[in-house]
Amino acid sequence: MKYMLLLYGPDLPEAGTDEARKLFEDWNVARGAMQDAGILIDCAALYPVTSSTTVQVRNGETLLTDGPAAEIKEHFGGFTLIECADLDEALRWAASLPTARDGSVEVRPVIGVRQPA
Amino acid sequence: MATLTRLTGDLEAAEDAVQDACALAVSKWPAEGVPANPGSWLIGVARHKAVDRMRRDIRRREKEVAAAREAGGPGPDAGRYRYGGPGPDLGRYGNRAPHGSGPSGDEGWESLPDDELGLIFLCCHPSLDPATRVALTLRSVCGLATSEIAAAFLVPEPTMAQRLVRAKRKIRQARISFGVPRPDNLAARLGSVLRVVYLVFTQGHMATGGNELVRGGLCDQAVRLARALAALMPQEPEAAGLLALLLLTDARRGARSRDTGDIILLEDQDRGRWDRAMISEGEALLERALRAGRPGPYQLHAAIAACHSCAASAADTDWREIAALYGELIRYEPTPVVEANRAVAVAMAEGPAAGLVILDALGAHPQMSRWPQYHIARAELLRRVGRYAEASDSYRAALRLEPAVPEQAFIGQRMRELGDG
Repeated sequence: MKYMLLLYGPDLPEAGTDEARKLFEDWNVARGAMQDAGILIDCAALYPVTSSTTVQVRNGETLLTDGPAAEIKEHFGGFTLIECADLDEALRWAASLPTARDGSVEVRPVIGVRQPA
Repeated sequence: MATLTRLTGDLEAAEDAVQDACALAVSKWPAEGVPANPGSWLIGVARHKAVDRMRRDIRRREKEVAAAREAGGPGPDAGRYRYGGPGPDLGRYGNRAPHGSGPSGDEGWESLPDDELGLIFLCCHPSLDPATRVALTLRSVCGLATSEIAAAFLVPEPTMAQRLVRAKRKIRQARISFGVPRPDNLAARLGSVLRVVYLVFTQGHMATGGNELVRGGLCDQAVRLARALAALMPQEPEAAGLLALLLLTDARRGARSRDTGDIILLEDQDRGRWDRAMISEGEALLERALRAGRPGPYQLHAAIAACHSCAASAADTDWREIAALYGELIRYEPTPVVEANRAVAVAMAEGPAAGLVILDALGAHPQMSRWPQYHIARAELLRRVGRYAEASDSYRAALRLEPAVPEQAFIGQRMRELGDG
């Protein structure tokens, strides 16, 4: 079963600061643990929301808006895709991520693509 | 249901299979006679039906796993049936049988208590909405009708039906596992499970809208589950507290109603008919639990029940102590129901007028106006202070909410005494 861990948190700290180095190390630990357990499929952080563009198609017309889809305090800042036996296992990995400590991690089951029989 | 859920790992699949089996029973038993062991027969047939359904899924799942392995992971280690019963397998993970293996040979023909524990922990998973966990357990473990559960929760039936559907969908889509959680996860999962067992007992003890005052079966089931939980978690005073509470309350079962089914109030019960063995066991459990020095709502409820059990007569009851315990309880359960109970205790300790003040203050709460017991309690106090017309109005308000038949009889008698009805 694949689970997408959606990472919501404050913007990343300025590169080169102690805070950024600490976060980088924390993520290395978390990612290493997931790799060792063989459950990590992919994992990435995103540039800040100031770099984002929101796309909506309405009546065949494409609308582009500068910025994120919703104005909220915690932004979608990255994802982690893992393969686990069940939700309990996925929830434990979600709790191990640095984002869980200063933001939120939303765990969403991924719909499996059915192969033709 | 529990056995089938363990076998299929899916609450909805288990429900479908059980329904298939019951349908077959209805068509076969009248002509061919009821089998020697109807329970085993049903489980056997339902298991067969579930296997049929699972086979259709298995090939697809095998492909998913193969794809996942290619993607790099070793694949989840959940290919065998395991259930988290006592023994070395306690809390092992992955009690479903999702990946590749079909149902195995002779397992699961008899309904094990572990299956029921596993099913309860599934229904009480913390990722489900709290109110729905209880409802789901009443439906899946205890087989209550959706209408009864809706009545117990004081919500309309369609609302409850919707909640149950949503919860079952989430269990399937998010793959919430069946089984007793791992030891490091057990304490966190306890509160919700204890509450469920408590509400199962309450539902049996004071059937809502049913025609029996005590549905002994549900009470027995709740006591059995509480015993299993207390044994599973001997270090948890609240687990012992819950078992103590259920024993102390259930000890009064034989004295609670007349042969006709009429309700007998606590103060009028023949205390000689209380089950002393259950009371002693409950009191001993409670004492041991309290010594741990970690009080909680179930220990407090049990302490209140013990105040009644150890009073030689209704007049000897220490109502001041009971009122104080309810006051403590509100810290854990800040609900209008607890406050209403405190009002009754205060009325007994300080007189009906003092209790009425508290009850009247609760009157605006929507949950209270839909709760027949609130109107009955208020009517009793109004009667005692001599406000007979208002007492009659309150009894009528309780009747409109269609309480259990024995309670209706009790209200009818009170209204006749007031020269009404």
